Amino acid sequence: MTLGFYPGCSLKGSSREYAESVLAVAETFGITMQEISDWNCCGATAAHNLNRDLSLALPARILALAEKQGLTEIVVPCAACYSRLTVTRYELSKDPALKAKISEINNMEFNGTISILNIIQMIDKYITPVLESRVVKPFDHKVACYYGCYLVRPHEILNFDREEDPQTMDELMLKIGATPIDWAYKTECCGAGLSVSRTKSVGRLSGKIIGDAKDRGAEAMIVVCPMCHSNLDMRRDSVNSYLGEKVDIPVLYVTQAIGLAVGIERKALALQRHFVKVTI
Amino acid sequence: MSSDPHHSIPAGLGSEVFENTEVKVSRCYQCGKCSAGCPLSEEMDYPPSLIMRMLQTGNKEMEEKVLSSFSIWVCLTCEMCFARCPMSIDIPKMMDFLREKALREKKSNPKAKEIVAFHKSFLDSIRYTGRLYEIGLFADYKTRTLKILDDLALAPKMLMRGKLNIFPELIHDRSGIASIFRKTVKKNKN
Repeated sequence: MTLGFYPGCSLKGSSREYAESVLAVAETFGITMQEISDWNCCGATAAHNLNRDLSLALPARILALAEKQGLTEIVVPCAACYSRLTVTRYELSKDPALKAKISEINNMEFNGTISILNIIQMIDKYITPVLESRVVKPFDHKVACYYGCYLVRPHEILNFDREEDPQTMDELMLKIGATPIDWAYKTECCGAGLSVSRTKSVGRLSGKIIGDAKDRGAEAMIVVCPMCHSNLDMRRDSVNSYLGEKVDIPVLYVTQAIGLAVGIERKALALQRHFVKVTI
Repeated sequence: MSSDPHHSIPAGLGSEVFENTEVKVSRCYQCGKCSAGCPLSEEMDYPPSLIMRMLQTGNKEMEEKVLSSFSIWVCLTCEMCFARCPMSIDIPKMMDFLREKALREKKSNPKAKEIVAFHKSFLDSIRYTGRLYEIGLFADYKTRTLKILDDLALAPKMLMRGKLNIFPELIHDRSGIASIFRKTVKKNKN
């Protein structure tokens, strides 16, 4: 089976381990990921903070390309890209004048027929039904499922899981033998796009997240967003200086945890790329 | 709804917000849930609920304070305020509009210099290549802010782990991307 694939910029650079683990898991379950040809950046936080038209035009170009290439369903593992693409499809679908304006800017027609899956939706649809039978090494750890912002908010548009206490990732972790913990920071913001410009603020926000997970006995954080991963993993020094102690709980992408459980080589899951050593 | 006295929108910035985002500042009844849930309200000069109140007054001086506030830039668009608002007021959408307007009118808060610089460097990076080039982004950001020493230790660690591309990824249709930028951001160049 073949699915459309929008990796986005982070998955080609600072978060390439996410892409590597997504592709490794997909391959293990017989799924071919067909990258959208000549895709561009979704514009991320920068575009919608500075220019609304640009923040719609960039994702619309990606969706138009995917449609032109005959894709009907695309997987967008990065939660931030998933949000931008889904919000754009929503905004353009409900406002024909805006859609015409953006199509004119892009010089590209966008129909809005394409379906956009985040990584959990993709796994639930194509992998979960056979997942338990493929587990060879249960991921027997207490995990803090960290959903962050972009997977669940705004609910009116994304329509995915609950905003305050989502469950989909927790249920998925149960299936690979993990024990998801109840905790308070599931959907609190990590500091996202302020990582470079206000690192200290990010240390505080991410510090609260890591601190709560640690206090409740988590052995690993499970994430779906490259920004959440960078802030919790790469910014661990800032986190630790906020917490005033050295916390070494590793941060795994959901696909890395699944990969370990179904017996994919650690190297293929690119765990060696993390800043906080993954010893579990 | 405009005939409803409880939902009348004052002329000025409040009505401009409504025209551009459909957000009615008059719907806010000051419960404060947005400010309580906002992860960064303690770093803001005015928490989100106060921004709403200031816009409700229709007072020109208040509106200028909103446009030149630090709050609108430190807002992460995490959407927590919108999720918890009992009146479903799309505060993040309003914040996007206020940022764009503040930038266009050159009123952005001096304290937000680094935040704005980062966003601009980010967009400049994709303007020319179509995709984000992280080394280029860092270099451009450092040039804009002169924060040369920040994060200097990070780059070698990222390189060592294969997390940085030495060369940018260039998409094929770069002229298409350039044309999108020309048609959208031409009006608020640096």
